[in-house]
Formats: sequence, C-alpha cells, structure tokens
Amino acid sequence: MNVLSISYKNLKRKKIRSSLTIFGVGVAVAVLVSLAGFDRGYQKSLSGNIDKMGYQLLVTAKGCPYEAATLMLKGGGGLRYMEDDIYQKIKGDERIDMITPQLVSTVFDPERLEGQGGFVMFMGITDSYLDLKPWSKFKDGKWFTSDDAMEVIMGYEAAELEQRHVGDEIYIPKVDKILKVAGIFERSGTQDDGVIFMPLKTTQKIFSLPGKLTGVGLKLKDIQEIGKFEEDMYLEPGIQIISMAQVRGTILNLISSAKVMANSIGVIAIFIAVIGVINTILMSIFERTKEIGVMKAIGASRVAIFQLIWTETILICSVGGLLGSIMAVVGSGLVESVIKAVLPYAPSGQIVLIEPGLVGMAFVGTIITGVIAGIYPAWRASSMRPVEAIRTGE
Amino acid sequence: MSEIIVKAEKLCKTYHLFAEEIKAVDRVDLEIEKGEYVSLMGPSGSGKTTLLDLIGCLDSVSSGRLEILGSDVSSMPESRLIDVRRGRIGFIFQDFSLIPSLTALENIQLTQYFAKMGREKTDSAKLLGRVGLGNRMNHLPKQMSGGEKQRVAIARALATNPSFLLADEPTGQLDSETSKEIIEVFRELNEEDGLTIILATHDLNLGNQIPRKICLRDGKVAE
Repeated sequence: MNVLSISYKNLKRKKIRSSLTIFGVGVAVAVLVSLAGFDRGYQKSLSGNIDKMGYQLLVTAKGCPYEAATLMLKGGGGLRYMEDDIYQKIKGDERIDMITPQLVSTVFDPERLEGQGGFVMFMGITDSYLDLKPWSKFKDGKWFTSDDAMEVIMGYEAAELEQRHVGDEIYIPKVDKILKVAGIFERSGTQDDGVIFMPLKTTQKIFSLPGKLTGVGLKLKDIQEIGKFEEDMYLEPGIQIISMAQVRGTILNLISSAKVMANSIGVIAIFIAVIGVINTILMSIFERTKEIGVMKAIGASRVAIFQLIWTETILICSVGGLLGSIMAVVGSGLVESVIKAVLPYAPSGQIVLIEPGLVGMAFVGTIITGVIAGIYPAWRASSMRPVEAIRTGE
Repeated sequence: MSEIIVKAEKLCKTYHLFAEEIKAVDRVDLEIEKGEYVSLMGPSGSGKTTLLDLIGCLDSVSSGRLEILGSDVSSMPESRLIDVRRGRIGFIFQDFSLIPSLTALENIQLTQYFAKMGREKTDSAKLLGRVGLGNRMNHLPKQMSGGEKQRVAIARALATNPSFLLADEPTGQLDSETSKEIIEVFRELNEEDGLTIILATHDLNLGNQIPRKICLRDGKVAE
C-alpha cells in the first residue's frame, strides 16, 4: 500500500469526472505543444527555405520591402521591374562571389486546379542560377539548349501538377505561347519546386519585358562585407537591397501578431485546465469530508492527507500531460495543414516541429503545474479537524 | 494495581451556538482500567458521542482534565493529539466508515500505512480471518452486507494492535441477529484478549449485556 495506489483508486471512483479533467489538461497541453512546435518549426523551415535560396542579398526595384520579400519567396502579382543595366553594373564589383539575374512573371491559368484557375510562376534565369544553387539536380532532361530557347525547366511539383514530362509541350495562356519541357528538377523542398523556369532572354521576349529584371540575387566572397555592400548599394537610384536576414525578419514580423494571439490562447487554455483540476479536486474533497475525517481518526497525519490529495492532483496533471503530448505528436500533421491553409506565407517543409525535448519539457511543465495547483486543495483537506469532518460529512 | 486507560476529572466540552452555550459534556469524572468493557449509555443528545470523541482524542477539551494512556491531553493541540491516538486507539463507527474504493484487506492495510508505527504490525489477512471474513478479503465494501462491513471495521480497528477500542453505536445500522454476532465479537476480544472496549449505545438491551455501564444524561454521568 502506498500513496500513489490510494490516490489512483480515489480518482477511479469518479471515472467520468476524472477522465474529463484529464482530457481538459490534455487538450491544453496539446495546444501549447503544437504552438511551441509551430514556433520552432516555422522558424527552422523559413531559415531552411531562405538558406536554400542560395544568395545572401537580393537587389530589387525600389518599393515595399515586405512585398519584395514575399514575392521572392512565394511569387504573385504586382511585380516591379528594374533595368538590366543595373545587373551589368554591379556584377563587376570585386566583392561579389556569385550573382544571378531573375525575371519573375505570373500568369493566371483558368484551367489550373481542376478548372478553378490559379497562378503559375515563371522565372527567367541564366546558367549562373545553378552556380548559386549547386544542390539543384535534374530528375530528368537537361539545361536549355540556348539562352533564348523556347524551352522550360519545371520544378518538381510544377511538373507533377501539370503532368508534364521531358519533351512535352506547355501552353502559356496570357501570351499564347507553347514551350517545350527541356528538363525537370529534383524535389528541393523549396519554393523552386512550384516554379517553371525559362531562359532569361526568352522570358523577357515572350512577356514583352525587354531589358527588364525583377531581381538580382548575389553572394559575397566575405559575409562580413554585407553591411558595407548594402550601404554602397543605397546610393544607386531606383533599387533597394534586401538581405535574406531581413527577409526572414520581415516574414517573422508578419506572423508575429498571429503567434502572440495563438500563444495567448494556449496560456488561457492551460489556465482554464488548471482551474478545472483545482475544481475537480476540491469537489472530491467536499464529497469525501467524512472520509478524510475518518482517515484522520484512524491515524492519518496532516502530512499524510496533504500527500494523498497532492498526489491526486499531480496524477491528473501527469496523465493529462502525457495524453496532451501524444495528442500533439499524433495530430501535428493536421495542425500543420490547418496552419498552412490560414497563414499568409508558409515555408515548405515541416512547420510544426515537435521534438522529444519539447514533449519532455511539456510533460515536466505539466507535473510542475500539478504540484502548484494541488497545494491549495491539499492544504484545505489536511487542515480539516477530524471531529468536524466526521460530523459535517454525516 | 491495574493500569488506568482513561481518567477524566471535571471534564467539560462546551459548544457555542449563536449566543447560547451548550454543555455537551458537563463535569464528568471517570476512570476506566485496562481490560474493562464499558458501555456509555443514554438517550440521543446525552453526550455519549462527544465523550467518546474526547476519549478518542478527536476533539479538544473545553475544561477539566483528561488523561489517556497516562498522557494529559486536556490542553494538547490537534497536531499532538494525533500522536496519542495514532496506533493506540481503535475506532468503530455506526456507519462502518470504510473507504469505498479499497477492498476489505486494503482498508485494514490503510490504517497500518497511516500508523507507520514501530509497534508490531498485525497480519491484515489474519485479522479478517479472525472476524470471519477470510474469504472476503478482496471484496469492496459495496459488495458486502452491513454485518460484514462492521466486521471489517472491527478488523481495521485492531490493525494497529491498539490499547483500547472505541465503538460508537456499532450495531445502530444492523438487524438484531447481526447485532448479536457483532456483540459476540466484542465479548471475545475483551474476554479472550483482554482488550479494553468502550462502547456508546442507546440500546438498553445491548447495554445490559456489557459488564460496566456508565449512563449519561444532559452531558452528566447519571449513575
């Protein structure tokens, strides 16, 4: 006989009430673990996505940096253009290790998504693009036959979605052109998977944007030079320079208010669960007033009664914490798909990252919460005078 | 000279109900020796249960002097009264007061667990066998009859090998046949083991079967 088995048997007496309280704690823990997992996963995925862009700095036409940041990651309308001359001018800078020009254009395809319509992102690139992304490999096919070929290389997901293979043709509705699929990239886990690439010159030609670029990505020989390089670029008229660290910060800022809101909900959920636990234990004490009096009569000390009630609270919280952790791990896929559906920008990869350390922390945190929540009910029960408890409970 | 288990001198217990002072136990003088079998008799409200609570160190004394097993408990706080009663006083209640979530055996072990005494522990299973419930060890209280529950309560009271037993209307919820069986158990415990038993009852028939009677009326010893 020990305090744990006595507490367990007490909780078993009111199975539905105990189960509902445990479930309440479980849901609160699951919400908190999922939110913490999202916080970690989102930042990690975003960093991964940005690192895989391959460049440290992005030169774009002057405009809203927030817009530029999301455009480079996600694509979309409202693009601003800058002159090709700027690329020619800055590429001679000795501090630059690698540099690549880009021209992004989006086209609305009414046939896309089973007739619902959707935007297709086209990106004009040169072979320097692959220098900055050495991990880009061909799943099938090869590079463009010339720098003005009427050919495309499709990202992995774009090819899957369009059901295209090397040698197939692809129709671009807005400009009424047909291009041939020269290659298909392997899955990269980045936004590139959904992009259709063309030679830069071909893009400029078919979209009637001669001599235009949407951006220039570059990597410096010495990362310490970024600050000075940015400073120098500010002097150039009509362009802005965005570091990928800024992009990361910008996107994190965009979702920060949503995160504050979600975290608040998590904290409120835990608070409500704790109140529920205290309420359950107090109710149980009131119902067992006479029993507690009898226990004292047959020899239970204040400490023994305190331990008994405290253990019941800790037991509820521990089992709730365990249940919540399991719910969070099992339901992370569902949470991820819901979050991805509502977020303004969701990086590719796992954005709800629930690691063993996080689950462990949540479990320990729930036990600590149980330890604190149990103090008042346990003190109340242990303070009962035996004769009053026996009489009150009669 | 026989050992004095309970010694009360001008023992009083007063309650206050609004402005009114109620003397539940009023200047009681009493001595109970080791091995005695005593009934506290009286009508409802005569102070039997209050006196039993005082002797059992469950309640504090208002005035007078009370010695239990040689210790003056008259001015002891609750925190110290527990040390006097723990393991040394066995309680039997009218409604059995078993813990419903524990089996018969576990109810007995719970008392031993709380006592944590250095005294020799009695074998719980043997105790149940002694009260005729050797085959009901793993039964929950709800699976037992009133008489069986009271037998478990007696076994529980004996679990710590106490110096004396206090029984408050132990047959109050039992039929006459079962009551006789329970009274027989008490008689055996007193005669065969020499255990001191103090039993409160309003049942004259039962009280008359007990060697020593103390009658209470309005909180005072009437005889």
